[in-house]
Amino acid sequence: MGIISSSIARKVAMALSGLFLVFFLGQHFTINLMSVFSPDTFNETSHFMGTNPIVQFLLQPVLIFGVVFHFIMGFILEIRNRNARAVKYASYKGSANASWASRNMIISGLVILAFLGLHFYDFWAPELNVKYFKGDMSGLIDPDNVNSGFRYYEELVHKFESPIRVGIYVVAFLLLAVHLWHGFASSFQSVGFNNKYSVALTKFAKVYAIVIPAGFIFIALYLHLNQLPH
Amino acid sequence: MKLNLKIWRQADATSKGSIQTYPIDGVEGDMSFLEMLDVLNEDLINKGDEPVVFDHDCREGICGSCSLQINGEPHGPDRLVTTCQLHMRKFNDGDTITIEPFRAKAFPVVKDLMIDRSSFDRIQQAGGYVSVNTSGNTIDANAIPIEKENADDAFYAATCIGCGACVAACKNASAMLFTSAKVSQYALLPQGQVEATTRVLNMVEQMDKEGFGNCTNTGACEVECPKGISLENIARMNREYLSASLKG
Repeated sequence: MGIISSSIARKVAMALSGLFLVFFLGQHFTINLMSVFSPDTFNETSHFMGTNPIVQFLLQPVLIFGVVFHFIMGFILEIRNRNARAVKYASYKGSANASWASRNMIISGLVILAFLGLHFYDFWAPELNVKYFKGDMSGLIDPDNVNSGFRYYEELVHKFESPIRVGIYVVAFLLLAVHLWHGFASSFQSVGFNNKYSVALTKFAKVYAIVIPAGFIFIALYLHLNQLPH
Repeated sequence: MKLNLKIWRQADATSKGSIQTYPIDGVEGDMSFLEMLDVLNEDLINKGDEPVVFDHDCREGICGSCSLQINGEPHGPDRLVTTCQLHMRKFNDGDTITIEPFRAKAFPVVKDLMIDRSSFDRIQQAGGYVSVNTSGNTIDANAIPIEKENADDAFYAATCIGCGACVAACKNASAMLFTSAKVSQYALLPQGQVEATTRVLNMVEQMDKEGFGNCTNTGACEVECPKGISLENIARMNREYLSASLKG
């Protein structure tokens, strides 16, 4: 049995892809936060991210690979883990010795995966359509009018008009917080990092797991409430 | 006190088992859990019924023979004790207690509550030892100076009695706490360095072959371990494994 199929190698791969996605979330959040404070900065940054060849053709494929790898490996491990106990317990008190978040990563993960489907439908697919199918790389509201301004902020605000979509986003972010609550801190243990710095690192990971999803929820609610008739 | 016991009965390894209910009276708080089962078995034998088969040996909490998933937890609701050291005063009159074998594909049921834990032996045999030549030139182990912290950590890892509670508690039936304790007790000592690379690779490979699940860091094993083996050992095994893999 080679290293690729070994339980520890897979666990480390799960942790490293997870850490990469955690880093990406922080970057995504930073850009989104700009939409609250300065729509112009948000527009400029979105245009840069959406048209820069390094971001588009190097970083974006790496990100997509990271996401796909993380959930495929997650499923493979889940199946192996379920098979490791063929006869289930009649009475199993999981809450006595482990947190709900740690025992239900597959549930929070599946909700996040479903959310990613909606998120891609909302933002990624239209973006691919405009840029690579229609060939409009201008990022302008009206590509024939250079004074029409960037479209990104307007599109973002428009997406958060529907209270149902905002509700779905909020629920997904709550499950993201649950997923990160266990996943982020746990990834250090998986790569073998457990020493005198672990307590501080775990605290940081737990704070991150709350602050980032809470921030995303704030942005979604802010963009929604900001456009209600006053 | 009066209790209602719901016990897993299974005639042999290939039969299909089921939960059977046994009311029991006259249980005293000072009885250990196994003594309570002894009382039940005396009663069953007197009635001409088949007694409940369960693993036990020292009844002092050090041999690792006793097991039992009691009300959904390995070794029951108490902490840092084995089933033989669990006392009936932890239960109340009228309680219903569900008693099952430790469940894992790698721990097949032999009969009733007795399980086959030889998968742990095979993991140990794959590398959980040091080769010492008894040629007459053997150096006294106490002559090698070892840092106090490492000596302590190695000792704590070595207190693992191999009962399998970690596997039983884990939602994935993972054996990483056991294997990591057995890796750590040598990894921390100079005597263990000679075989350090092959040890961790071989033990993990055997652990995977036995069909245990993978660790997802829920920490249930550490909470339920009657010897309090720390999760730090799993992180150490992961480090040892990564460094051994890189060395080839």
